Amino acid sequence: MVNDLIGALIVMLGVLFVVLTMIAYLTYMERKVLGFMQDRLGPMVVGPWGLLQPLADGIKLLSKEDIIPSEANKAIFRIAPVISLVPAVLAFSVIPFGRDSFGFQGITLHPYIADINVGILLILALSSIGAYGILLGGWASNSKYSILGALRSAAQVISYELTAGMSVIGVLILSGSMSLVKIEDAQSGGFWHWYIFPQIVAFVIYLISGIAETNRTPFDLPEAESELVAGFFTEYSGMRFSLYYLAEYANMIIVSSIATILFLGGWDPPLPALGFIPPVLWFLLKVYFFLFFFFWIRATLPRLRYDQLMRFGWKIMLPISFANIIVTGIVAWALQR
Amino acid sequence: MESVEKEEVRTNPGVQGLERREITLSTLRQAVLNGLDSTIKTDQFLLNMGPQHPSTHGVLRVLLDLDGERIKKAVPDLGYLHRGTEKIAEYRTYNQIIPLTDRLDYVSAMANNYAFVRAVEKLLQLKVPERGEFIRTIVAEMQRIVNHLFWLGTQALDIGAMSVFFYTFREREVLLDLFEKICGARLTTNYYRVGGVEGDLDQDVIDALYKFVDSFEPHILEYNTLLEHNRIWLARTKNIAVITGEDAINFGLSGPTLRGSGVDYDLRKYEPYGAYDLVDWSVPLGKNGDIYDRYWIRIQELRQSASIIRQCLDKLPSGPFMTDDHKVSFPPKGRVMHNMETLIHHFLLVVEGFKTPSGDTYCGTETPKGELGFYIVSDGSGKPYRMRIRAPSFVNMGAFNHMARGYMIADIVTIFGTYDIVMGECDR
Repeated sequence: MVNDLIGALIVMLGVLFVVLTMIAYLTYMERKVLGFMQDRLGPMVVGPWGLLQPLADGIKLLSKEDIIPSEANKAIFRIAPVISLVPAVLAFSVIPFGRDSFGFQGITLHPYIADINVGILLILALSSIGAYGILLGGWASNSKYSILGALRSAAQVISYELTAGMSVIGVLILSGSMSLVKIEDAQSGGFWHWYIFPQIVAFVIYLISGIAETNRTPFDLPEAESELVAGFFTEYSGMRFSLYYLAEYANMIIVSSIATILFLGGWDPPLPALGFIPPVLWFLLKVYFFLFFFFWIRATLPRLRYDQLMRFGWKIMLPISFANIIVTGIVAWALQR
Repeated sequence: MESVEKEEVRTNPGVQGLERREITLSTLRQAVLNGLDSTIKTDQFLLNMGPQHPSTHGVLRVLLDLDGERIKKAVPDLGYLHRGTEKIAEYRTYNQIIPLTDRLDYVSAMANNYAFVRAVEKLLQLKVPERGEFIRTIVAEMQRIVNHLFWLGTQALDIGAMSVFFYTFREREVLLDLFEKICGARLTTNYYRVGGVEGDLDQDVIDALYKFVDSFEPHILEYNTLLEHNRIWLARTKNIAVITGEDAINFGLSGPTLRGSGVDYDLRKYEPYGAYDLVDWSVPLGKNGDIYDRYWIRIQELRQSASIIRQCLDKLPSGPFMTDDHKVSFPPKGRVMHNMETLIHHFLLVVEGFKTPSGDTYCGTETPKGELGFYIVSDGSGKPYRMRIRAPSFVNMGAFNHMARGYMIADIVTIFGTYDIVMGECDR
């Protein structure tokens, strides 16, 4: 009992440390990747190749003056970034990073914090809570740009969460479980077992909805710089601003992880012969592929307009995801017979 | 819509207090019975955009009456960058005004210089040597490329495509380096002079220019791969801010903004100056008068400009690049140093400037943004009695409400962009 608790604590601290470092260095990675795509170098000054840039950014943001607009609703203004970040980090609790548990001196360390039988539902629920952070933050700022950004964001997150949830159902039908560990297990044994092939439509829909949910280009309307200054966090500065920022990057990692787990087999190596590479590395490799994909999109695509985004979400994405569920259901039922 | 039209322009709305309204059960019941509009009073959402805003292209301020995200009325409020150029010019000799024109449209200073010296030359009835005209044409077209590259980058950035900005700035940098070689400055160039230009084109500049125009087409294709057939780009630019040719003429639009609506009006063709009638080029015209057409025109103008530069370089005659009419241009340095009368003449030219015949003149020049005209009233002294600038950005801005009404907030920045507006020129 005590051993279980110690093991869980070690894993929690480990995951938290790894995730926060990943988030911090994701900002660095984004700037570097964008830099190379745009004929420039990205951060180069702080540390070798600018490797200490995230640290410098963190120190800078922490030492900023704490500004709360005089007309803002102070309590909500303070708590909103936290509402945004906490669910994003919390979602990592059900992500399995690898396959094997290992133990020493009676303490078992799992590659995940918790394996619950509704893991995917928990993540969907948490990402919905994150939208409150944006909405409340925009509302509490008492600024017109913020409220416009927040309204856009609320509409966008609701629309695209629906399609994200619908695209997941296909995978759930195939795997017969909502536990992320079970879904991964169901796909093990080489890339031809991955759900990306039977669920290619759901995969594309999930990826697009994921980009929309994390407010990334081309769906970055809530923070569209050229129209709404900074959207819902226009009035935020310093560490509170960076909490929103961190939440966005944490959500990006979550979306990438879920895409990896649901469609690319999670830790599963593409060929069984490549099994000598640790499962954790396979997992991270796939996650970083998606993250790179996000950056790539950002460097390439312009931004959609609000009405176009809504039309795309409700009139194209949603019907396709419904059709996908129906077809998957019928095929799965027919194959079972 | 009618009441919005008649409403007075509110230039200083201040902070609109958000009124708190109680929604009780009875109001809800009334809303159900009588319809929503009659019971719950809705206000317009008035958004004050700028002058501090990341993408209003300088210190432009626009008041937007919004219905949700849709624009009911857009009122530009200009003047935040007013520097009194026209008034200052009354106290400067003509050559001293040239640096002032640099600062009008600060992303294409050469074009402003050109427009101004052409007006003064028209006043003086001065003829510029052939080589001078060719150099002016080459440099003006270089400036057009620089300006359109800048425009393309910022327009794409406004719509959210980030990388195009860096790609266009890469080529812009090459040309700005050439400007530096030609005249020592990159942005505020002060290169044109009444009667010619300030310095000759060196052979290494000519070689570098050849190299640039030869390698330019692949770069244009590179920008276009990111934009031309991009579904999102098309959705954001097609059928946005449409203006018919007739309306465009009525609003006095000029430059690509006018030609996007299919009106064939380019001063370089219409009343040729420089070496434009000696080279072979065409005026690209749009059909629909939307943002995409104006984008397409500017891309085509990049090609045309490169072609004009190449032909001008091929035909570049030898000879003087500055007029030898020493009533206007400085006498040669060698004679100034050895000849008393020449020294005095030089001194007077610097201190008093050259005299212009009294009278007034207007001369329009096709700058990258449209027709930049200088109206100069001279009383016969070395300084203009009155100078008036017809700035294309300012005139184009007049059509803003007409073009923005009915579109979304997100389109506002693309509409600024489509005029290629620069506030330095707009507010003068």
